[in-house]
Amino acid sequence: MGAAFAAVYKGQDSVAVPFFGDGASNIGAFHESANLAAVMHLPVIFVCENNGYAEFTPQAKHMLLEDVADRAAAYGMPSEIVDGMDVVAVYQTASKLVERARAGEGAALLEAKTYRYYDHQGVKGLRTPYRSQEEIDAWKERDAITALEQRMVAAQLAAEAELQKVWDETRAEIVEAIKFAEESPDPDPADLLDNVYTV
Amino acid sequence: MREITYVKAFTESLMQLMAEDEDVVVIGEDVGFYGGVFKAFDGLFKAYGERRVIDTPISEMGFLGMGVGAGRARVTAGG
Repeated sequence: MGAAFAAVYKGQDSVAVPFFGDGASNIGAFHESANLAAVMHLPVIFVCENNGYAEFTPQAKHMLLEDVADRAAAYGMPSEIVDGMDVVAVYQTASKLVERARAGEGAALLEAKTYRYYDHQGVKGLRTPYRSQEEIDAWKERDAITALEQRMVAAQLAAEAELQKVWDETRAEIVEAIKFAEESPDPDPADLLDNVYTV
Repeated sequence: MREITYVKAFTESLMQLMAEDEDVVVIGEDVGFYGGVFKAFDGLFKAYGERRVIDTPISEMGFLGMGVGAGRARVTAGG
């Protein structure tokens, strides 16, 4: 809110874009921020990446609403729901809201319906089975990157070979980074109190 | 040395700060139009208007965060 306020105060055309999940939309600070941004007409696009889980708890168990976007009306601001797995749709919808905010028309909420393949913590969390493999596989069928690649190849914006090169180079970079991390020495216990302060 | 109440000293300091630095604003509950529930912001709204003396909803967590963010925005803008 502060960044948005400063932008308006200084006559700049920046727009603040905070990202949060379905779980975080229950936090008090979200509600205060949404109301504040709305009533002060701040250039803020609240983006909710709704992946259906608040940490390990499914959405139906942490709120009654199906759409986080419904919360925007409670603060008098507009909202949009978009397929979070469609990169182009997200871009187009977000652009519309950003331009509106830039034009001084105020805050809005964008809810992107999406999914999380791995766990809130780590790849497999604590291995407690809180969701089905079928569900994960169904969402993987609609993967955002795969869909975008297919779309780009079909529209002749990129060749499959080019895209494969990106995958290969990125994978190599990650493997190199993991190797570097594993071969690096452990931190020195003498550093334990560096940058640690008490009040 | 003058003897004035803490509240009056507070108000005077804000008046001086706001005069010296265009980036100083006041954001809070009933600080603008009402002049503060203990009159601590008396006269600021008349002098500087609603652009710099801003009345908020009852949302302390919200506008405290706004203050931190705005302060940081000024620092990163090199101001």
